[in-house]
Amino acid sequence: MGSVTDVNQYDDSLLIKSLKEAVIAGFITFLMAAILIGVKSEIAIGGIELKYRWGALFAAAGIAAAGRFVLSYLFWGRDTKVGDYLDKGLNGLSGATSGMGKIIPIALLALAILLPFLLMQAVPAQARYYLDIATVVLIYVMLGWGLNIVVGLAGLLDLGYVAFYAVGAYSYALLATTFGLSFWICLPLAGILAGFWGVILGFPVLRLRGDYLAIVTLAFGEIIRVVLLNWYEVTGGPDGISRIPRPSFFGLADFKRGDSGFAALFDIPYSPMHRIIFLYFLILALALLTNWITNRLRRLPLGRAWEALREDEIACRSLGINTTNTKLSAFAIGAMFGGIAGSFFATRQGFISPESFTFIESAIILAIVVLGGLGSQIGVVVAAIVLIGGTEIFRNLEEYRMLVFGLGMVLVMIWKPRGLVSTRIPSVFLKERKAVSADLVAQGEGH
Amino acid sequence: MATTRKTTMTRTPLLSVQHLTMRFGGLLAIDNLSFDAYKGDITALIGPNGAGKTTVFNCITGFYKPTEGRIGFAHETDAYDKIDALTASANRSDIHGSALYLLERMPDFEISRDAKVARTFQNIRLFGGMTVLENLMVAQHAPLMTASSFTFGGLFGLKKYQDGHSHAMELAKFWLNKVGLTERADDPAADLPYGDQRRLEIARAMCTEPKLLCLDEPAAGLNGKESAELNELLLFIGKEHGTSVLLIEHDMNVVMGISDHIAVLDYGKKIADASPEEIRNDPKVIAAYLGVDEDEVEEAVKTPVKKKAAKSKGAKK
Ligand SMILES: Nc1ncnc2c1ncn2[C@@H]1O[C@H](COP(=O)(O)OP(=O)(O)OP(=O)(O)O)[C@@H](O)[C@H]1O
Ligand SMILES: [Mg+2]
Repeated sequence: MGSVTDVNQYDDSLLIKSLKEAVIAGFITFLMAAILIGVKSEIAIGGIELKYRWGALFAAAGIAAAGRFVLSYLFWGRDTKVGDYLDKGLNGLSGATSGMGKIIPIALLALAILLPFLLMQAVPAQARYYLDIATVVLIYVMLGWGLNIVVGLAGLLDLGYVAFYAVGAYSYALLATTFGLSFWICLPLAGILAGFWGVILGFPVLRLRGDYLAIVTLAFGEIIRVVLLNWYEVTGGPDGISRIPRPSFFGLADFKRGDSGFAALFDIPYSPMHRIIFLYFLILALALLTNWITNRLRRLPLGRAWEALREDEIACRSLGINTTNTKLSAFAIGAMFGGIAGSFFATRQGFISPESFTFIESAIILAIVVLGGLGSQIGVVVAAIVLIGGTEIFRNLEEYRMLVFGLGMVLVMIWKPRGLVSTRIPSVFLKERKAVSADLVAQGEGH
Repeated sequence: MATTRKTTMTRTPLLSVQHLTMRFGGLLAIDNLSFDAYKGDITALIGPNGAGKTTVFNCITGFYKPTEGRIGFAHETDAYDKIDALTASANRSDIHGSALYLLERMPDFEISRDAKVARTFQNIRLFGGMTVLENLMVAQHAPLMTASSFTFGGLFGLKKYQDGHSHAMELAKFWLNKVGLTERADDPAADLPYGDQRRLEIARAMCTEPKLLCLDEPAAGLNGKESAELNELLLFIGKEHGTSVLLIEHDMNVVMGISDHIAVLDYGKKIADASPEEIRNDPKVIAAYLGVDEDEVEEAVKTPVKKKAAKSKGAKK
């Protein structure tokens, strides 16, 4: 990527021009703001008093000048926009085309593995807080990867994905509380049950195309939630299910203080952080498994058929592909990962209720997939970190958080309508694996 | 250049379309059409625009369910003896005996997968965002699915799948080479020029290893050189490779140059069914193409006044 140096080899005339424009913009703002911002009337003894706010006035002028400078210097005056360089960096993320593509996922993975230890060293007091955020981000990464199979690969717009998340969570909660089955048995069962529901819900909607598919999946998502809410005898209705068993350390030890505990097993001092770190690594492993299977499937005939389905269903049928089964398999496998993520959610929270599975969850997961770039695995990671991590970290901004969130989405959609990492990596190659530009890739049904 | 082989009654057909009728509401798109395509032949289906040719293809390949009629497809020559028994039964194919299929009873993907009838589309339908090679691999879905033990074996990289994969790659490379796209194997299909896309679609259909290849206007939009190359490719497929071809085409250089046998369709009815030489001189066919009455043509053929044909409206390319 030698072109990065071009940014530094600016020509001086552009710099001077931009500076001039910045000064003019600052001056105009100064004049306009002089009355609006510079003076303020305040109630004082015996009437009203004028106050001069020089600081605010200069700040406003300064912001305007700086903003103008950035725009003129970095964006308007150039043939190649700064955005293009960002583009290149992001596309590098998707791999194959550049060395960056291979390094970044490995670096992210290394960071993910080392994160608990780094946090314990760097900020021991807040390690738990940050690790909780990281765990939530990873749940969404896993959900995003699961939905990516349905929406990104098979091109079936599913607005009710949260239904499978809920099925997984309730499956684990009910199996564990009523039959006392352990987490490690329930985890695959919950995945299978969710996959089974994926097939059941998939059947009626497969004949639908376009917007209708999206609307009916949305409705199914709501139906599941309403059933959970009203089937009081089984699901506890709005009260939810509480006291869901925590996972054990592979059946060897729990995370309580005492002889049966994890700390006792390894003969180390007890710490409540052990459980947090264990949960973090558990979801990391589950998410990586999802990613591994998805990447593997993409290179198998089934995954290739999903992508072909997204490109052209009629051509698929003319080549002997059973499109019904292919779509159902995408629904089922996507749902299975959703269900596994759901049972992790249940065991982590210890309490679930239908409130955790509202439409907004589906929307957020879909936003992660779409913003990340349909079909791109690393894009989902970036989008989940930004969307989920970002909103958690800026929680103290309160309602402005959603404003910033919305603004960010709008900006990404303008700048990169096909998502952050939009290039497609071919599943097989003869001589060289060349990334396919997003403009050529079809989006499938309902987009 | 048409071969002199006779399409006599003694040869049993590969494909046998019998009394095919297709109605769209009030429109009778195909009207009691019967024709046969023989093994090893290039059979052409021609006719003016809107005659119902594509509709016939859609019925053969299962995209439309015909209103009436029967479409037999036999992998072995003596299979047609059993067609009436098969029709009377509720089955769609006679796999135990001699591999006879009733295509009108089969869903579209089974026609390609089991009966081995492949097709291309009048408006090209490639997987544009996938590479040329991927397009050819998707076409080998069914054998690859078996090799991957329906994904489970493939997931763990079993040897059986690896063998299946390399076999599929070999087949893809063979057809890439045949259509001259080896250099572009790793480029997205949507990036190819039009002529290459047409040839890729043929290669993709051939990768399903069909017994009958149905081509819907493969020469449309090709220039003279490309269309000559297409002739060569189709002759290779039909004569050397041994896949029978059913061809819809408006380009008479292609049709007359390579087909053994031509069926002519007009307003959904078959108006002629013969060798290229006979079709070339058939007044009914000329009339259908020029949009005039048969008598007028006979007259025109007798009195060689050149302007006559040009004057009549509605001539098709
Ligand atoms: N799905 C459909 N619904 C209604 N009418 C149809 C449908 N498909 C085809 N037709 C009609 O059937 C008739 C035959 O169409 P068809 O596409 O088979 O013609 P064609 O011979 O392939 O013509 P061309 O040379 O232009 O491709 C036309 O009148 C067409 O409008
Ligand atoms: Mg047509």
